[in-house]
Amino acid sequence: MLQTLGHLPIGWLVIAPLTAAGFFAFYFGRTLVGAIPTGTTIGSRLNSQPNFHGYFLALCTVLPAATVFLFYLVFAEGYARSVLVAELPAYLTDQGQEQVELFLDRVSQFANLRAPGATGNILFDASVERFSAIKGSVRIFALAVAIIIAMGGFTIGRRSLGRSFPARSYVERIITGLLFICAAIAVVTTIGIVLSLVFETIRFFSLPDGPSITEFLFGTEWNAQTGQNFGAVPLFFGTLMIALLAMCVAVPVGLFSAIYLSEYASPGFRSWVKPTLELLAGIPTVVYGFFAATLIAPMVRNFAQWVNALPFTPDGLLAAQPTSALAAGLVMGVMIIPFVSSLSDDVINAVPQPLRDGALAMGATRSETIKQVVLPAALPGIIAAILLAVSRAIGETMIVVMAAGGRALITLDPTSDITTVTYQIVALLTGDTAFDSAKTVSAFALGFVLFGVTLVFNIVALRVVERYREAYD
Amino acid sequence: MTERAPHITQADAKRLRQRYQAERRFKLYGQIAIAIAVSFLGILLISIASKAASAFTRHELVLSIDQPDFATRTDLTVSDFNLAVRDALLEEFPEIADDRLARAELFGLTTRLAVLPLARQVQDNPTIANLPIETRLALSDDLDLYLKSDLQSHRQRDIGVAGRLSRTATGSYRLTDAGPDGFASLLADPQMFRDTSGDILIGLAGAQFELLEITGAALVLKHLAGPLPPLGEQNQARIGATLLSTRDADRKVSNRQVAMAVHLLDEDRIERRFNSSLFFNSDSTYPELAGAAAAIIGSLLTMIITAVFAIPVGILAAVYLEEFSRKSLLTSIIEVNINNLAAVPSIIFGLLGAAVFLNTLGLPRSVPFVGGLVLGLLVLPTIIIASRAALRSVPPSVRDAALGLGASPSQAVFHHVLPLAAPGILTGAIIAMARALGETAPLLLIGMVAFISEVPNSPNDEATVLPVLIYKWFSGAERAWEPMTSAVIIILLTVLVSMNLIAVLLRRRFERRW
Repeated sequence: MLQTLGHLPIGWLVIAPLTAAGFFAFYFGRTLVGAIPTGTTIGSRLNSQPNFHGYFLALCTVLPAATVFLFYLVFAEGYARSVLVAELPAYLTDQGQEQVELFLDRVSQFANLRAPGATGNILFDASVERFSAIKGSVRIFALAVAIIIAMGGFTIGRRSLGRSFPARSYVERIITGLLFICAAIAVVTTIGIVLSLVFETIRFFSLPDGPSITEFLFGTEWNAQTGQNFGAVPLFFGTLMIALLAMCVAVPVGLFSAIYLSEYASPGFRSWVKPTLELLAGIPTVVYGFFAATLIAPMVRNFAQWVNALPFTPDGLLAAQPTSALAAGLVMGVMIIPFVSSLSDDVINAVPQPLRDGALAMGATRSETIKQVVLPAALPGIIAAILLAVSRAIGETMIVVMAAGGRALITLDPTSDITTVTYQIVALLTGDTAFDSAKTVSAFALGFVLFGVTLVFNIVALRVVERYREAYD
Repeated sequence: MTERAPHITQADAKRLRQRYQAERRFKLYGQIAIAIAVSFLGILLISIASKAASAFTRHELVLSIDQPDFATRTDLTVSDFNLAVRDALLEEFPEIADDRLARAELFGLTTRLAVLPLARQVQDNPTIANLPIETRLALSDDLDLYLKSDLQSHRQRDIGVAGRLSRTATGSYRLTDAGPDGFASLLADPQMFRDTSGDILIGLAGAQFELLEITGAALVLKHLAGPLPPLGEQNQARIGATLLSTRDADRKVSNRQVAMAVHLLDEDRIERRFNSSLFFNSDSTYPELAGAAAAIIGSLLTMIITAVFAIPVGILAAVYLEEFSRKSLLTSIIEVNINNLAAVPSIIFGLLGAAVFLNTLGLPRSVPFVGGLVLGLLVLPTIIIASRAALRSVPPSVRDAALGLGASPSQAVFHHVLPLAAPGILTGAIIAMARALGETAPLLLIGMVAFISEVPNSPNDEATVLPVLIYKWFSGAERAWEPMTSAVIIILLTVLVSMNLIAVLLRRRFERRW
């Protein structure tokens, strides 16, 4: 019985009646108040229109029940798991959290099937059955609570409706509150990111087989897959090197494109080329990664082999690996061009026209005007654009995962394969992972560093943009 | 510039020339920069499209299978169909039935699971089981690639008239020339040997041989496929040679398989058709059977969750910040925070999902529900920023008029301002969804990279999405994955471009200037 209930589609089970109840409450409240006889004197007029009474009653009915449902959504699975874990035999729980998690994942997956067949494993089948039963009872409980609360809300709300009840201002306040909650979700996300990264990072450094903070930040050996060395310097080095290569492409190309588009190009040319450049920003990074790995990386390798074969270069001067920092950096640079160009375009356009006119009137050529008047005026904004682009390059993942290789090396040879912070995060967290090994948790420490660095870049850049904008407005 | 003003000296003129040259150079740099950016885009699209082109078609083997006992049996397995397919193949090439190695090569034309569509067909419609069934089987990926690319470099030559065919002691065959000089002239022919770095197939009366060596007077041949002509005089039959561009040892398709495929092509038993499995099959370990159906549905489910979560929340947040909030410390924190969140690397959101949704809340791995939430959080700032811009563009007079007529603040916003801002908001939302659709890294961290062979039914089933499928197929070892990956990229880019086009059109159609 409970097992069958465990399979009920709770979403519809709650959403449909709640919607219906909301509509009912709305019409009920509206009719109720609409029937009150009104006069023209102040005391005999309705404080709020019947519609607002309807809204008020509907909100009273739906909101608390929906909150209960939300709690159910968030906590039911975790609760069912914790109950099940407590009942599991000791020989399974003794195998460590990783095994238990995997077991629970399989049980949960199986229990979610419409008709779970028997697998023959007695413990597993019993667990699936028990798990469904627990979920079923939690579901019933949540449903009952939701119904009771909805009815309670309706009754209480109904009692307060009346001629002088300020339904309108209550409804306004509730709506403002709901809107505020939506706006606060962004803050909650940031808090969630910071807390989870900080929490897991602290755990990483306190693990028995984890490294010390200094070892992590200044060690030069990285062997996280085997769980031995956690010196992240090669990763920081690789990240910076690839970002630098990318900026070597993106800054000149992006900046000159922006200058040409805003100072030289005809409106017709501009209206075609600007969207084309922005198309570069719309291409998924996994596509860039594929492009880098299948077309650019072999070209880089051939080039490196050609350089190695030149008579005046020593053999093996360049590593000529099939995946290389240069391939990833070049393609990443192309990806970043539109960030640099569109932001620079904006700040160049924001430079007031009188400055240009003044320079031109003094006899300067256009390029002299740009170099000596426009660019210096736009410099803070351009620097901000470059900072944002660097932060983008540091955090870019798929291109380096597909085209940069995974060896933790410190080398200045751009044709060698190299690894980055983002590559290692993906490598460490892909596949079946449990959250108690140093290997997995080290990804969060890397993520913490990544988040911190990009945040500093972003804040500085946004600050500069903000201040700069105010200067001319 | 032709007429120089009298007061300009020679040095001034030189300097002026230099300044104009600098001007031209500077302009040229700008043009070069734009050319670089645009040509990179062109190269990227062309290189991927040209790789993808071959994956949209595939070669299929048309076989007719006659197995009356299929009708009476209820316990049919994949192996039964495989045996039937093998029998049908052996009927095509009865001459190699006794050669164990040759048989293995023949059965290698298709993979074992290629019979699955046939098996489903019979299962769904048992009445057809006792009729001869004409079925289409996907060729193995390596052979398919060979037929798509290397076949074009085959060169056909007529090399003379056949004399006597005889069998040698080692099992090979000797073929003499009916002409006067034997095959001596062939040895001197640069096109025949020096220019070809590949093997040579010899065709004689419907049979295909591999050329082992030329002794001057005779060809030493190895029989590959096709009915062996009777030994002895060949009645003036012509000898055809097919010059391949590669050697047997250097490719995954053997000479015998090439000969068989050429034979089947000549008989129209191999056809090149639109590769529908790319769209209707789900993932497989065999490239020729793999398709993107599961990933397409997975992407759709994930996008639905993302849209249902992020679009309303984003719009309402924007409404709050733009219309209801008073300047306070809290709201300015929210604003700074949203701007920063928009620039946080996407992989950090993956870490958040792994730590909070999977670890703390115990939600299942690899499901669109969690993926959709993570992507929703990722694009939320984008939607908020776009919606705020759209709301800001609605003039205050609209609000003032509504409020002046007695509307409450929320009525003014929801009845008047929001509908007027809707096109701009929708455009922002579509662009944000396009970004979510192309996102890969955060989904890898919440386990959406598992091998999924079934099409997901609900947001709580294990699933994968298109960008992750691209990453997975890219990592596949077989050469055939590369065109397949490119084909999926083309599908993804098509969807993304159409989403962006819709956004642009919406903006053009409904944009209002106040």
